[in-house]
Amino acid sequence: KQFTSHKDPMLKKRDDFEDILEERRTSSDLRYALRCYTPVLYKGVTPCKTSVLKSMVLQSDQLHYVINQVSKESGRAADDVREEASAILEEMAHSLQLSTVRFFAFMLSKVFKTLFRSICVNEEGIQRLQQAIQEHPVVLLPSHRSYMDFLLMSYILYTYDVALPVIAAGMDFMGMKFVGEMLRMSGAFFIRRSFGGDKLYWSVFSEYVKTMLKNGYAPVEFFLEGTRSRTSKSLTPKLGLLNIVMDPFLKGEVFDVNVVPVSISYERILEESLYARELLGVPKPKESTSGLFKARKVLSEDYGSIHVYFGQPVSVRSLAEGRVNRCQFNLVPRHIPRRPSEEIQSFVNDSAYRLVRAQEENMVLKPWVLLASLLLQNHHQNRAAGQKPGMALDELTTQAVWLRDVSRQYGAFLHWPDHTSPSEVVSSGLSLHRALVRVCEGRVQLAVEQGVYLFEFLAVVVLSCASYRNQMLHVFVRPALLASAIHIASSNQKQEVFNSFSFLRNMFSSEFILCPGATVQDFEEACYLLVKTGVLQVTQQEVLVTERGHRTLAFLTSMLDPFLQGYQVVCRFLCEEDTETLTEKQFIPAVRKFIVNHLLAGRLRYAEVLSSDLQKNALAALQRLGAVRKIKGYVGFHHPCVPGWLD
Amino acid sequence: LLHCGSIPSQIMKWNGWGYSDSRFLFNKKGQAEFTGKRYRLSGMIIPGLKDWFEGTFGANLQHKTPPTPLLTNTAVPPATLNEAFVEEVKSTGIPFSHDAEDRVFRAHGHCLHEIFALREGKIGRVPDMVVWPSCHNDVVKIVQLACKHNVCLMPYGGGTSVSSALECPPEETRSIVSLDTSQMNRILWIDEKNLTAHVEAGIVGQDLERLLNESGYCTGHEPDSMEFSSLGGWVATRASGMKKNIYGNIEDLVVHIKMVTPQGVIEKSCQGPRMSTGPDIHHFIMGSEGTLGVVTEVTMKIRPMPEYQKYGSVVFPNFEQGVACLREVAKQRCAPASIRLMDNEQFKFGHALKPQVSSIFTSFLDGLKKFYITKFKGFDPNHLCVATLLFEGNREKVLQHEKQVYDIAAKFGGLAAGEDNGQRGYMLTFVIAYLRDLGMDYYVIGESFETSVPWDRVLDICRNVKARIIRECKDKGVQFPPLSTCRVTQTYDAGACVYFYFAFNYRGLSDPVHVYEQVEHAAREEILANGGSLSHHHGVGKLRKEWMRDTISNVGMGMLKSVKDYVDPNNIFGNRNLL
Repeated sequence: KQFTSHKDPMLKKRDDFEDILEERRTSSDLRYALRCYTPVLYKGVTPCKTSVLKSMVLQSDQLHYVINQVSKESGRAADDVREEASAILEEMAHSLQLSTVRFFAFMLSKVFKTLFRSICVNEEGIQRLQQAIQEHPVVLLPSHRSYMDFLLMSYILYTYDVALPVIAAGMDFMGMKFVGEMLRMSGAFFIRRSFGGDKLYWSVFSEYVKTMLKNGYAPVEFFLEGTRSRTSKSLTPKLGLLNIVMDPFLKGEVFDVNVVPVSISYERILEESLYARELLGVPKPKESTSGLFKARKVLSEDYGSIHVYFGQPVSVRSLAEGRVNRCQFNLVPRHIPRRPSEEIQSFVNDSAYRLVRAQEENMVLKPWVLLASLLLQNHHQNRAAGQKPGMALDELTTQAVWLRDVSRQYGAFLHWPDHTSPSEVVSSGLSLHRALVRVCEGRVQLAVEQGVYLFEFLAVVVLSCASYRNQMLHVFVRPALLASAIHIASSNQKQEVFNSFSFLRNMFSSEFILCPGATVQDFEEACYLLVKTGVLQVTQQEVLVTERGHRTLAFLTSMLDPFLQGYQVVCRFLCEEDTETLTEKQFIPAVRKFIVNHLLAGRLRYAEVLSSDLQKNALAALQRLGAVRKIKGYVGFHHPCVPGWLD
Repeated sequence: LLHCGSIPSQIMKWNGWGYSDSRFLFNKKGQAEFTGKRYRLSGMIIPGLKDWFEGTFGANLQHKTPPTPLLTNTAVPPATLNEAFVEEVKSTGIPFSHDAEDRVFRAHGHCLHEIFALREGKIGRVPDMVVWPSCHNDVVKIVQLACKHNVCLMPYGGGTSVSSALECPPEETRSIVSLDTSQMNRILWIDEKNLTAHVEAGIVGQDLERLLNESGYCTGHEPDSMEFSSLGGWVATRASGMKKNIYGNIEDLVVHIKMVTPQGVIEKSCQGPRMSTGPDIHHFIMGSEGTLGVVTEVTMKIRPMPEYQKYGSVVFPNFEQGVACLREVAKQRCAPASIRLMDNEQFKFGHALKPQVSSIFTSFLDGLKKFYITKFKGFDPNHLCVATLLFEGNREKVLQHEKQVYDIAAKFGGLAAGEDNGQRGYMLTFVIAYLRDLGMDYYVIGESFETSVPWDRVLDICRNVKARIIRECKDKGVQFPPLSTCRVTQTYDAGACVYFYFAFNYRGLSDPVHVYEQVEHAAREEILANGGSLSHHHGVGKLRKEWMRDTISNVGMGMLKSVKDYVDPNNIFGNRNLL
């Protein structure tokens, strides 16, 4: 019920934050790391030893069944298969140790105090989580923007004496031998990135997760987005693990499962330029290749503050109410793995979108996010008009104040300091991000060396700024789609506008978080917001722009414009280039080259179109819309998905 | 004046359960006692009940909700009589009545909403007339006349339905005639060679057993309602008895059935113990809930009375262990005549119902037992649960059987806890319905409902349904935590029968019955979602009709409908149960 779309975003109530570093700066880190830690578990169960947990998994009905099945199919001895299962489990399982946690608590205190000004947490959210853990098994779903995320999560939970989660991590960490083992001892368990056809692996994995969850030994934590978002936009949710954690409820093995979305917002992302380079396909700068923390530069810089918002726990039971007929599990023993029905798949998918939106809603936006948006728009408009680069500081401040008010009206969770003058707010934002912007003769401009046209460098700065702008996309995406729809529709007829809206929404559905099948709701939400803010008048038949609405509308369309242009240029590439022999692997380099040429020739304004993320999304959209067909492509799993053999 | 059956209705309550002389009350000292002389508990003081009652429900003896004392005739809607039908019935000489009291008495079963309304003096649609056939042929005549004059017939046996089966459909415009089978209560013959008895269907359980016992036999069919429920009712609802492990459920006990339908009489031509003659027509009759006709005579299996009976009980450290033990017992097919497992709440409830102990020695022994179990054995009083057992047969075999069961129990941490606890457990079965009336005097309403479920689902369904009840009560604004408890009452090869008890204090609610119904509805949804059946033995009636289609599939519904359409095209048996 928490989810019934907040009709009026202004009315959204959010908790206050508390800075957990404050105490760390005044009291002993060692004492903090060694203090008494006694979290309360689900219904008061006692924590379970790793060895006990493993044997529970190996003795489970499900695994027993699959081992026999695999043995029959492959002709291998059952004991042999069981050995393999046991080895998989060894490789996977966490081995949470309080001593390691204490070590991290100590180390991270030092590191965090150096890197960040504050780590702000909504304490009420922690209390809700504490309550939820006692009542039902809990799944933690943090957003994923940085490697930092899961250490940060465990650090916060340790601080508040909340049960430490076990965390699904990608196998790539295991490459770093020592780090991998340390993470394992702090609660991480490791899953291979791809195991599509391996039913034994799947079965060990799902049983392992379910055993921990069902018995309430520890909250299970994983990243719904599957991987770190390099663009700061939420990624299309992956469903594999969500399927697994919902299963015990759907099969009646637990009364309910509580899912807690957690929004982690970084004022300045540690991996900022790494991401931009990755998206551009350029080699990483030398100093960070030897690891994140070795880089002196990273440690000596100021990364501002982090806001962590623990959202309202979502009951899977209430999500499923009236949506899923749980009787479908009545006729087959529950331990026999089966592919989820279409009903379940669509339920899990919708839930995943709602949960990602819940993460987005509670993301704290810093004033810098507004500045980045304004500066980017200005940068592109100036380039077009051939004006003096940059933007006057006071002009930027005025616009920022305007945008502050607009974004609040649209429901943004904006952290704009109350008792500070706008110009101070602006300059403090600019100074934190001096790697990206500079103030020169009262004008603010992107930090690109004057005169020296370093194309690559410019692209890094633009993509970095875009990633901050992207943080507020979720606030504006529906109104922006409507604004663009009005722009491209041939008339003011509501139906006409709706059709354009629907087309754009469909096209951008891998780019932004747009719940599948919710076109009408999204359209209504967009209309509601734009009417409420006086931008539009919507009658039965027509959609009309008001006199004072033009400014907002122009802002909204410019926000979406780089994406529109990007998709267009990908289309042009596909039309103009010889794509007969284009393999999926060659696509990105080829389209990148094409775009660079367009940019250099001045036929394209937006350097951010160089983002490989956008290019991939555009290709996916074209494929989905039937414009492009994959003949025989290599398909990689990026997240455990439900494998096909379960049929 | 008429005699209504072997139990004249005057000695029964009109707005509560059972005999008028037997009821729980809190005496002037605030102690609970059970009146009358009929039960083991009768005339006894139950010291622990008050504290348990107040503690569990947050009830208060100062806050009373007494029922409307007398039935006022003005509250009863006037009878709509079909004059021509009445005239012809009169000419047959079959007794009938349209007295308000007789009609109201047969207008309800024992669902909470039915009793609650009666206590408030609210009377809805009631039968317009009651007829008392005294034999099969009387029934044939009545059914013929009903068809001829298009009146609606509703068979009435013991009136113990808990599925709204006896509620008159409010939309029924024809005259409704309640066909009371209570006068058809004879054992027509006993066949000692084949061990069968041919019995009229109106006989109630306790009379049937008593009369057979006189000849040294029994049927062994003992549903909890056996004091009042009738043979015809058992057949019509697919009843189950406590001792089904030895004697079987009604479908196993029945050899031959005679039923009068609008199309005529249906029966088999012989009494062969098993037949391969297409689908068994008995299975159209059993569970038909009065929608097809009236069961008039039944041939049932009988057994020599057991020479020895022994109660027993086992305490388990927790419910999970208890269920695991019952499962093992079922697996080894060594279940005693009855084996039931109560959860912790019910264990406490049972404990609260202990009558005042007569000697210091007994109370000392009780104290010692308690000490042994909780302190020495380390059982947590808030988790332990108890299984009650009943063994039957010859003495030697019973003792052997007993040992076998206790040995299995020991493997699951079970400790033998004495005959007395076992016997009290079974006695509770018969008085629990009286307790509901006591609750209703003090703002507490409740009900029980049942299901059957595969073994691997038993624990899940118990946990989830109990939790759902608590959650729904909270959501619906119930001010006090409800009593939400369960027990496993029957074991089968492939599953078990589970009973849920649910009660709450409704102070502060404007429409408690509605809240109650919403919670029960949600609980049933939860049962179905957890792989439980719509009913193990209570039947569908009108209360659970909405789930029938999902339960038996569209084709299944069509099959049953087409049987109804053929047998009773004019819906003479118009109680609208089941379909």
